[in-house]
Amino acid sequence: MTFDILYIALLTLLLLAGVWAVMTLNLLKSAIGLAVTSAILTLLLFLMDAPLAGVFELSVCAGLITVVFISAISLTKPLAGAEAQARDRSRVKRFIFLPIIIVIVGAALYALHPQMDLSLPPAGAEMDVRQVLWNVRRLDLVGQILVILAGVFGVVILFKDQPDAKEPQGGTKS
Amino acid sequence: MPALLIIVPLLAILALNLPWMRLMNRLALWVGLILCLIQAFLVILHPDFFWQAPSLWLGHLLLFAPTVDYLSLVMFLAIAIVGAVALMVCRYSVPSITDPAETRTCANNRFLVINLVILALTGMNGVVLANDLFSLYVFLEITAVASYILIAVEKGADAFEGAFKYLILSAVATALILAAIALLMLTAGSLSFTHVRLAMSASPHSHVVLAAVAMLVVGLFIKGGLIPFHGWLPDAYSAAPAAVSVLLAGIVTKTTGVYTLFRIVISIIGFNASLQTLLLFIGAASMLIGALAALGQSDFKRMLAYSSISQVGYMILGLGTGTILGIAGSIFHLFNHAIFKSLLFVNAAAVEQQAGTRNMDRLGGLAEKMPVTGSTSAIGFLSTAGIPPLAGFWSKLIIIVALWQAGHIVYAVLAILASLLTLAYFLSMQRRVFFGKLAAGFESLKEANAWILIPACVLALITIGLGVGIPWLFETFLLPIRSLL
Repeated sequence: MTFDILYIALLTLLLLAGVWAVMTLNLLKSAIGLAVTSAILTLLLFLMDAPLAGVFELSVCAGLITVVFISAISLTKPLAGAEAQARDRSRVKRFIFLPIIIVIVGAALYALHPQMDLSLPPAGAEMDVRQVLWNVRRLDLVGQILVILAGVFGVVILFKDQPDAKEPQGGTKS
Repeated sequence: MPALLIIVPLLAILALNLPWMRLMNRLALWVGLILCLIQAFLVILHPDFFWQAPSLWLGHLLLFAPTVDYLSLVMFLAIAIVGAVALMVCRYSVPSITDPAETRTCANNRFLVINLVILALTGMNGVVLANDLFSLYVFLEITAVASYILIAVEKGADAFEGAFKYLILSAVATALILAAIALLMLTAGSLSFTHVRLAMSASPHSHVVLAAVAMLVVGLFIKGGLIPFHGWLPDAYSAAPAAVSVLLAGIVTKTTGVYTLFRIVISIIGFNASLQTLLLFIGAASMLIGALAALGQSDFKRMLAYSSISQVGYMILGLGTGTILGIAGSIFHLFNHAIFKSLLFVNAAAVEQQAGTRNMDRLGGLAEKMPVTGSTSAIGFLSTAGIPPLAGFWSKLIIIVALWQAGHIVYAVLAILASLLTLAYFLSMQRRVFFGKLAAGFESLKEANAWILIPACVLALITIGLGVGIPWLFETFLLPIRSLL
């Protein structure tokens, strides 16, 4: 019971931090929100007996990626006052229906009360993650090399300076 | 040995990025083309030593023994052809550091784009070879990551918008697919297609399995750009550079969305009434809404993008019949679509590059100045609309006959109506772009160069050849599909 309450509390916090990271207009706060989300997820992973996944989540997602984000954000310039206000207004308009939809869907699900057995079967025999990685899923390591290469080309192609970006062409959108 | 289709391109990319940059710059395109041609010849000549003989050292190194069936071979051929065409269009439309006029462009786009195209092709080969759900997911992601970057490569506002929409919706699809994989792993204890299929047939009414299947199918609908998850597709196709549009429309969404759905339905889930109803409904909606939306477009590439949604609808409709004939028609249409949609995007690239616009309202009479582009475009659109004796006619006919035989008469009638709509919007496109009086300002327009005319002519010849050679194809292409079920 205590565990259930702890899980529910952590999941609620995770959701709130995630929503804050997406909704906040300040990039720095958004990056911090993401780091908090990762930190809460780390706690959940530890509680669910996945310490190695927790360590990766904490060191890579909450640590390294946040540092990279904050470094990049420190190189940007914030919007001027009037421009920022106009953006805030359009953003509020865009998301105003989101909480209403969530409430309606929640109420509908509560009213319908679907009888679904979603209890999960127990996980199979656990294997050491190193063994899985090196002795079972070697093809996926090749895949990982390919993803890293794609990321490297992406950084080079998108972040290198190009003097004249092409003007958009084409007809009207619909 | 088929695992070499992943390893050799990976080694090629590593070799291309060795220090001799000037030399590698010149070689990159040829390396990509040779890889694609070898892949195409391996499928056409089908040497047993490559496809059937197990490679002990490679199997030991990767712990991977792929099994290649008929559907995989069709996909490998389509990937090779569209990949080669995309690389040639890349040579035509993407600037290189070796061009004197572009020496200021320090990013040397062409070389990097070629590398990313080879990466995307490798990812797609991996998707086709995978016989395990997690490996399938890994290779889907490789293809997707390379595609996001390729769409944004021109760095304009439209390019970033297209790439961002694809990234966000693809991330949603990824989350759904990954969650489904986790549930299936818990249920089956393994992720190989065979184990998951056995576990699913052992507990067909488990709510966990049903939830996993629902998430998997919806995730793949998003990847395939089907209605109502198509929001990213027109922006991504139209904002991407010409070569990338060819690759995306010709093969990427077909492999990551449609092929993967086919593979999962055929090899894992199997057919049941609920799934077939869902596939038929989504297929029909995509077919009709895509065609209606294409009618209202004035941007050449956006119109082709909506047309792609409509044609993918046909494929899903054929799959939804659950019969051998329907699946055969769908796979044939998938291959045909890869060819004729690539052809139409190649033509759009030629028009955009030569005329400087894709806005069909500002174009007109271009066939006078660009006769090869105009003629091949006519072949492409007639095949898409299902006009005999071109390839598209036969694949659509087989799908419609399969629908009729399976008792889905309403869907068969809708498929015929959508074909008429396809003819309407393509006739409108051909009239506005290529026929009639030459539009003002295009008096000095010239035909595109060989880098775009050669792929256009080859694709047009394949479209005609597949249509005229249907008696031969029936034996070699359609009947072997029985082995899949």
